[in-house]
Formats: sequence, structure tokens, C-alpha cells
Amino acid sequence: MSETTILLDHGSGGLASQQLIGELFLKYLDSPILRGLEDSAVIDNQPGKLAFTTDSYVVDPIFFPGGDIGKLAVHGTINDLAMRGARPLCLSLGLILEEGLPLADLERIIISISEAANDCGVPIVTGDTKVVPRGKADKIFINTSGIGIVPENVCLSSKQAATGDAVILSGTMGDHGITIMTRRAGISLQGDLQSDTMALHRLVAGLLDQFPGRIHVLRDPTRGGVATSLNEIAASSGRSIVLDEGLLPVRPEVRAACEILGLEALYLANEGKCLAVVDQGSAADIIAALHRMPEGRDAAIIGTVVDGTAGRVLINTPIGGSRVVTPLHGEPLPRIC
Amino acid sequence: MTNSSIRRNAPQNGVEIRVRGIVQGVGFRPFVFQLASRFAICGTVTNTSDGVVIRAWAPAAALLSFQAALVDQAPPLARITDIDHRPLSSPAESDSFTILPSRDTGTVLAIIPPDIALCDDCLAELRNPADHRYRYPFINCTNCGPRFSIIETLPYDRSRTSMKQFPMCPVCAEEYKDPANRRYHAQPNACPVCGPQLSWHDRNGSTLTVDDIIAAAIGAINSGAILAIRGLGGFHLCVDACSEAPVAQLRERKRRPAKPLAVMVADVAAARRLCNLSDEQARVLSGPQHPIVLLTVRPQTKLATNLAPQLSDIGIMLPYTPLHHLLFTHPDCPAALVMTSGNVGGEPICTDNKEAFRRLAGIADFFLLHNRDIVTRVDDSVVKVVAGHPRLMRRSRGYVPAPILVPYELPAIIGCGGGLKSTFSLARGKTIFPSQHIGDLFNLPSYDFYRESVINLKRLFAIEPVAACCDLHPDYLSSHFAKELGLPLYRAQHHHAHAVAVMAEHGLSGPVLAVVLDGTGYGTDGTIWGGELLQVDLTSFHRLGCLEPLPLPGGDAAAAEPWRMAMACLFRCFGEKACDAPYLVDIDPARRRVVLQMLESGFNTPLTSSCGRLFDAIAALLGLQSVSSFEGEAAMRLEACARQAVTNRWQDELLEHQEDCRLDLHYRENEQRWEIISSKFVKRMMDDLDTSGNGPVAALQFHSWLITRISHLVEKLAGRTGITTVVLSGGCLQNELLLDGLLFSLGQRGLSTYSGVQIPHNDGGISVGQAVIGGLQHVSSSTDES
Ligand SMILES: [Fe+3]
Ligand SMILES: [Mg+2]
Ligand SMILES: [Zn+2]
Ligand SMILES: [Zn+2]
Repeated sequence: MSETTILLDHGSGGLASQQLIGELFLKYLDSPILRGLEDSAVIDNQPGKLAFTTDSYVVDPIFFPGGDIGKLAVHGTINDLAMRGARPLCLSLGLILEEGLPLADLERIIISISEAANDCGVPIVTGDTKVVPRGKADKIFINTSGIGIVPENVCLSSKQAATGDAVILSGTMGDHGITIMTRRAGISLQGDLQSDTMALHRLVAGLLDQFPGRIHVLRDPTRGGVATSLNEIAASSGRSIVLDEGLLPVRPEVRAACEILGLEALYLANEGKCLAVVDQGSAADIIAALHRMPEGRDAAIIGTVVDGTAGRVLINTPIGGSRVVTPLHGEPLPRIC
Repeated sequence: MTNSSIRRNAPQNGVEIRVRGIVQGVGFRPFVFQLASRFAICGTVTNTSDGVVIRAWAPAAALLSFQAALVDQAPPLARITDIDHRPLSSPAESDSFTILPSRDTGTVLAIIPPDIALCDDCLAELRNPADHRYRYPFINCTNCGPRFSIIETLPYDRSRTSMKQFPMCPVCAEEYKDPANRRYHAQPNACPVCGPQLSWHDRNGSTLTVDDIIAAAIGAINSGAILAIRGLGGFHLCVDACSEAPVAQLRERKRRPAKPLAVMVADVAAARRLCNLSDEQARVLSGPQHPIVLLTVRPQTKLATNLAPQLSDIGIMLPYTPLHHLLFTHPDCPAALVMTSGNVGGEPICTDNKEAFRRLAGIADFFLLHNRDIVTRVDDSVVKVVAGHPRLMRRSRGYVPAPILVPYELPAIIGCGGGLKSTFSLARGKTIFPSQHIGDLFNLPSYDFYRESVINLKRLFAIEPVAACCDLHPDYLSSHFAKELGLPLYRAQHHHAHAVAVMAEHGLSGPVLAVVLDGTGYGTDGTIWGGELLQVDLTSFHRLGCLEPLPLPGGDAAAAEPWRMAMACLFRCFGEKACDAPYLVDIDPARRRVVLQMLESGFNTPLTSSCGRLFDAIAALLGLQSVSSFEGEAAMRLEACARQAVTNRWQDELLEHQEDCRLDLHYRENEQRWEIISSKFVKRMMDDLDTSGNGPVAALQFHSWLITRISHLVEKLAGRTGITTVVLSGGCLQNELLLDGLLFSLGQRGLSTYSGVQIPHNDGGISVGQAVIGGLQHVSSSTDES
């Protein structure tokens, strides 16, 4: 292609569009179904229950330490499938491009999507591209939808958190959120801050395989962080969750960043972590198993499900106090009077 | 009706006297009974839903004396708001005086008396070896002792208090039944034969058997031990206040590095040896409530220097239970004892023995306990005497549950309060009952205490709210709680509620000008307010002015770390050069740079007009406090520093500088409000400081600057609006220089100024404002619908 930036023509459906598809999308995202360029992907009938999810990605900046918007779009949707115990089958890819987006950036994102999809073993099977005039979008927006298959015997849901269950977090908190927020604001901090974007379907498959019936809930604590996801679990299960602040895994760089910025890691977004509510008796074995997986190296038991006021999340602090952890409504607001 | 209608010469005149106010449950009827015996009056007295009604027959002169004494000698806890007389033509119904059972008990607006310090009569008996209650730690009478803290339900009667497990012995029962006795209907009446007892335990909770528990406790204190003492409304942690080591140990175990610790001394004379004491302060200290009074410590006292490091004020109280008196009567008792609430930082005080063993394990070496259950937790109240009034900073023991009476009708409503220093208020009709101090609701035990207290007080006051009012702040737990009630919900802006609380206390209906100098509160525009000049009436307000909004880098982190606010001021004054200025040198340059980046980008940096944060900034710029260990510490240091520079010329100076005032004011055309530009002052202060280097003078200049600018602006707005009544509120007014200065300076400008006396300036007061705002809004919205 001779142009260096995206033009409105690239979304016209005409020659420029075809060029984009041929020279960029098919080059990197080749899969037998996508190559057909049919109006829809047709997937063979699979045994089990069908899981279907969609998510849109509008992250700013589009490139960040540890990943980019493309990788996020693949991992995020795969993780949404995985949280219900689904084996991801395939993804769709919808792109909304802002006129003027450097083609080099687009190529970099498509390569990243391709690598992520290949690594995960989940092909992109259908797609769409639109170009909007300058200012009508911010560089690039991505939507991915995903289909997965849930084995007949698997049923994961927030409702299933039971009294006595252990709450496990598969790794450190806040890495993605703090990285994106500081990059966006142009704040440079000491230490290596990186997004944790990562697909968790293999971790989930491993757990479900080794611990049938012991995993009651899986959630990926993305926007609103661990605090908000736990509040949702507590609310839908009608239980309380008690965390132990001393057990929360947070990388020292993230902890230091939160301290100086006045943020709480509990509320920061994660893109490669899951919360697992599991049978107490199996918790130690599950942690051991997680530690053997690359995605679960830093997994830790962070709390317990208890009877008590429905929907309440508490955190015990190292000095012997107990605080109420509310879900996030919007921006954190000062409370000290 | 007047007493002139009494026929002076007739041997027997009759009169019906109706007394309204706080006259029930305060020993008023026995008082009337005793007065009647003294003046040889026959007749009756009874409680009705409309106050106490007395029907009295006697010769005219006796009746006159009787009526005068009713008002002049009323029991210490009574507050008579209204008294009227009506002559009775009927002859006397009997030749004696009788206390009749209450009438219309169903509708009597329940008034529960607060817990009251040991009275002089009981104290004399406690010390009299011949008395049958000699050295009995639970001696009490109608005029003193536990009330609110032991009541389970109403009507107030022994069987509905935690005294129910102690059946009265015949001697006590006799006193209880005898209207002439000081213990007539004293529900907690007890003696060594039938009443509660002390016990003495080691740190594990095992009972230790000793001959004299008081002696054992004093011995332990003198050996440097920390005692947990079960008191009236909760537990105290107690150490020798004249010895540094135990105080340091207590601070370490309680994780309370710097916050001042309250101290108890034997009597007013002992307090005077330690502190400068005015007559008013002495009166409050020894009044029926016996609150903690904030006093200025004299130099060179016996007190340990780590009780209130670098602050000039210390909280002093006098013994208020018989147990306290027994401790101080012991010949070896130290001159002063630390009596700080028995809790783990920020949580409500323990009440239960088992709970205390669990929660205070690791803090207390010994436990001095008793077996009378505490039904309702009540902390010690805290009072500061400013501008001639004892002002409550924390309203609890001795004051709660006395109501605030207002001159308008409210529906049954709950005001849910704020975030930290929370209270709630239940209101109905012309009466508002503020709850006791509860604390930071984000602490689970405090939040549970809050929820439990709402249930208890609703039952005790027989108020079932039909509406609720909470703060605009979406993340206060009190706002969550309000929403969960499922009642029609009204939301009052934080500083509007602060102002209306003052109006409620003083019976003002508005409109008034309100100066609210506060920490932070959520504004109607989504920014954080806290230095506000509002035009206020009971249901609405306008924002006429505020302090210059400054960035708050890190939100609440900026409240804990005043140096961040100093950076915000420097950034406003010097832009990106803020980091290079030779200030805040004790802060790591890397941290300063990050905060500068936050200021430049606005990252997690909301704007705030907070006055509290401005105090923090100045304190940090003057090198007084860069990181706080408790809320308000920096501001307290700044006040203590400024006081060093106060001369008797200070007040006069507040009336000068009229010209300068204009320079620091800015009118925002688009928002139609005035701003007081604090960065202008900061810039001048930094320049002055470079040449003079005099911290106390700069600290005082800041106070003067703030007082004169606010007064000037209020005067201007008073002229414009025609409103000459001003209310002052907000947590910053706990600063005596500021409150005193504003009252003086506004007063000199011909404005009538009101501020909280009964209701705290801090967030402990906003539930009262909420009850009024929400209540009156509810009334008008209900009328609109019909
Ligand atoms: Fe406030
Ligand atoms: Mg998602
Ligand atoms: Zn007494
Ligand atoms: Zn007795």
C-alpha cells in the first residue's frame, strides 16, 4: 500500500478496503474460515453448551508496556469465555478506525492480534472494518466477540459462592490499571510497570480438569478491580467476603505507585487475573496447581466467604482493624472531612 | 396567666403549673415533691404528654416561693423551656402532696436521661465510713449515675435496664419507694449487698483474687502497667499520666503515635495545677456531665511530655464514676491518669467483658472490670470553651440523648450523618435527637455500632422514620445505609447541612449567611467543597463565595500528607518551579516530582475549596507537619504555632487591612461567586518568610488573613443581600483563634453571629442539619402532591 495513514476510502468497501483486507488482515490473521471471506463464519457443531460473549476495547494509549489494544481485545474476550468455564473456539474482530491512523500502527496492532490469537490457539474467523472521519473515534476501537464450548458438567456462577469457600486471586493486583492510568497522564514513575494482559483459558481448563466440582466461581476483575468484582460476587451469592490485607498480592512497584498517587490497588483494573471462589478443602491443592502454571505463578488465597450481611466485602488490616470495601461508583472521591 | 391572680390573704390558694422542656427522667418529680414538703404544699405532680403538671395548694406566699424555687433550683439536668400558671378555684383535694402515675404514657414523648457524674451527696456517702455504701463503686441516686448507657427499652424502669439482674435488697427497695428519699425511683439504685461488684483480672482474663482491688489497681499503675477499666459507657485504657514510659508503651500498643491522650485528675484544684483554668472552664469540668475539657497546659507540670506532643491543648476530665473517685482517693494514686477510650485505633470502644479480653489483649496488662452490662456505648464527650461558651466537639456521655428543640414541625425522619466522626439524628415534631458520637463508619465495628444504634434509638424514642436524609457524597457508608432504608430519600449538601445544624440549635429560620470552614464535602457541581460562603435557608442554599479551589493531589492522600497540599500551593504560585523551591526538603525529591506531575496532568487531583487542606498546606510550608498521624494534626500544630505570636494587639489588627482585602478577592462572572485567592497570601507569606524566618508570626498572619478576608467578604455580601445574620460552622472552627477571631471581627462589623455550642462544628453535627433539611423538604413535597 502506498498510503501511510488510514483514509476514509479504506472503509468504503471498494478497492482500498480490499487492499487492506488482502495486504494486512489476511496476511496476518490467516485461518481457513476467515480466508473464505464469506458473510458469516460457519462452525461445526460441538458437544456441550455454547458460550457467547462480546466486548469493545477503546483503551488509551493503544500501545503500552506489556501489550497493546490488539492483544487486550483477544485476551479480554477469551477471558470472558473462560470465566464461565468455556473452551474458546473462535473470535470475531470488528475494527473502527479513525481517519489518519498511521498504517504502521494498524499493522503493529494486527500483528499483535495475530500473535495473541495464535498463542491462544483461538482463530479470528470473521471480521469487519469501518473508517470514521477524524475526531469521530480515537485512533482505533476494537470489538471482539467470542464463542466457546462449556462442558456439560461445568457450571460456574457468582451465585455459587458458598459459606467457607476460599477466595483465590490468580496473581498480583493492579498491574494493568496503574500502567494505563500513568501512561495516559504522562506520569513517569520509578520501577517497571507493565500491563498483565494475558489469556487465562488454559489456567481455567487446567483447574476444571484437576478439581472437578471444586471451583464455584470465576471472575476476571477488570474495570473496578478486585473490590468491585468481589462486591458483585457477594451480592449475587447473598454472602459476605472477608479479605486479609496482608495476603493481597501486589507487586512492590504497583504498591509504591498506588501510595504516591493516592490510589488503591483493590480498585485497579486487571487484564490477566482471575478471582476463583473454591471449596475450602481443596484450596491448598488449587494454589499448588496454580503455582505450577505460568499464569498462576503468584496466585494466593486472599480471603474467605462467610455468612453475614449479604453483599458485604470486608478487609482485615494488619493492625487488627476491619474495613468495609464498597464497590466503585466512579472516580474515587475524597472522604476526609 | 400570672401569679397575681393568687389571692394573697386567703389561707389556701390553688394553682396549676405546667412545666415544659427537658423535665422528665431528670428527677423533676421527686424534686417537686421535696420542694412541696419544704414549703408545706399539698397537691399532686404528674408527667403528661405536654410536660409536667403540678396542682398545688398552699398559702399565697408559700406558693410564690415554691414557684420561684421550681425554676431557680431545678435539678441540674432539667431544662425548662416554658412554664405557665392557672389559678384553681377548687379547694385542695387532700392534705398531702402525691406523685401521681404518668398520664397518657402512650403518647409521652419519651425522654431518656443521659448518664450523669457522681453527685456531691453520693460522693459524701462514698467517703463516709459510717455509710452503708462506704467505698461502694456503684453508688448512685436520682441526681446521678448511669441512665442512657444501661437502658434497654422504655418506659424507663429497672426491669428494662441492665440492672434487672440485681434485685434490690430491702434497704434499697425502701429508699426506692420513698418519695422523700434521694433514691426515690432511682432505677440503678444499688448497694454492696445487692448491686454490681468489681473484679480484677490478668492480661489473659483470669480472675485474680486480692483483698483490695483498688489498691491492686493503683499498685499496677504505679508499676507502669496498662489497665483496661470498664466504666460507664465503655472501657478506658489507663496509665500513669506523669510517667513517660507507660505513656509511650500505651501509644505503641494502641498504635497511636501522636494523637493527644485524655487525662483524668482528682478535682478542679488538681486541674488548675496543670492547666490554665478559667471560671467557665472549671464550671464545665465539674458540671453534671463531666466532659473532657480541652485546656492549655501550663509549662513545667508533672505531666508526661508525650501526652500531647507539640500541641498546647490537652483534654482533662474529672472522676465521674464512684470507681474513679475510689482510685483517686487512694493515697498512692498518681496526680493524673491517662484515661483514653479502650479501643483499637478508630474503632468504637469495647463494652463487653469478653469482647474486651479479646480486643484489648496485647494492649492491657490488667483488667479492672464489673458485672453491670453496658447496653449502649457512649464515649466521653469533649468540650472546648471558646468565646465564652462551652462548645461540644464530641457529643456523647452526659449530653446524649438530650434533644435539640426547634421552632417548627418535622416529620419522623432520620438524618444519616457523614463519613468520619459520624452521628445520626432522629427527629419528630419539634424535637431532634442526635445520636452519640459513633466514628469512622468505614471501620466495620463502627458501622455495626451505627446500624445497631439506629435500631436501638428508634425504639427508645419511639420514632419510626417516614423519610431519610443523607449527604450528597455517594461513597459515605451513611449514604449507602440511607438508600437501603427504602424510605423517601433526600440528599443534603454537606456544608448546607453544617449551616442548618447551627440554625436548628439557635432556632433560626433564615435566610442567613453561612461561613463553613471545613475539611472536604461533596459539592453540587461534583467538585470537593470545604471553604464556603453560602446563603442558606432551611431547605435550600446558594453558593455566594468560596476559597480559591486548589488541586488535591492524591485525594485523601493529601489529607494524610500535608506536604502534598503545600506542593499544590507552590504549584499555584510558582508553576513547574514548585519542585525547586527550598521548601519541603524533608520530602524525597522523587516523590515531589511525581506530585508535580500529578498537579500538571490533573491525575487523581480533584479541585477543592477546602479550608482544612489550606491549613494543612500552610502547616507544611512552615515546616510544622509534612505527614499527619491523625486527622487534623497539621491544623492543630499550626494553631499552636500561631498562638506563640498572639499579642493583645491581635484583635485590633483584625479590623485593619481593609484595603488589602480587596486584592485577595476575585469575582467569577460566569459562576457568579466570589473567591478568596489564597495563593496570593501564600506567595506573600513565602516572601516574608525568606526575610524574617519567623514561623509563629507567619502562622498568625495566616489566621488574620483568613479572618479578615472572610469578614470583609461577608460584610460585602451582607450589604448586597440585606442579610445580617451569620452562622459559622465546619470542622476548622475547632481552631479557637479562627472561631474567636471570626466572632469578634464579624461582630465588629455589626453582624449577629451564631455558631455551634451544643452541636459540634465538625461532621458530628451534620445529621442534625440533614434531619431539618430533609424533614422540611419532605413536608413540602408531601403538600405539593396532595
Ligand atoms: Fe464537614
Ligand atoms: Mg469483559
Ligand atoms: Zn447521687
Ligand atoms: Zn441494696
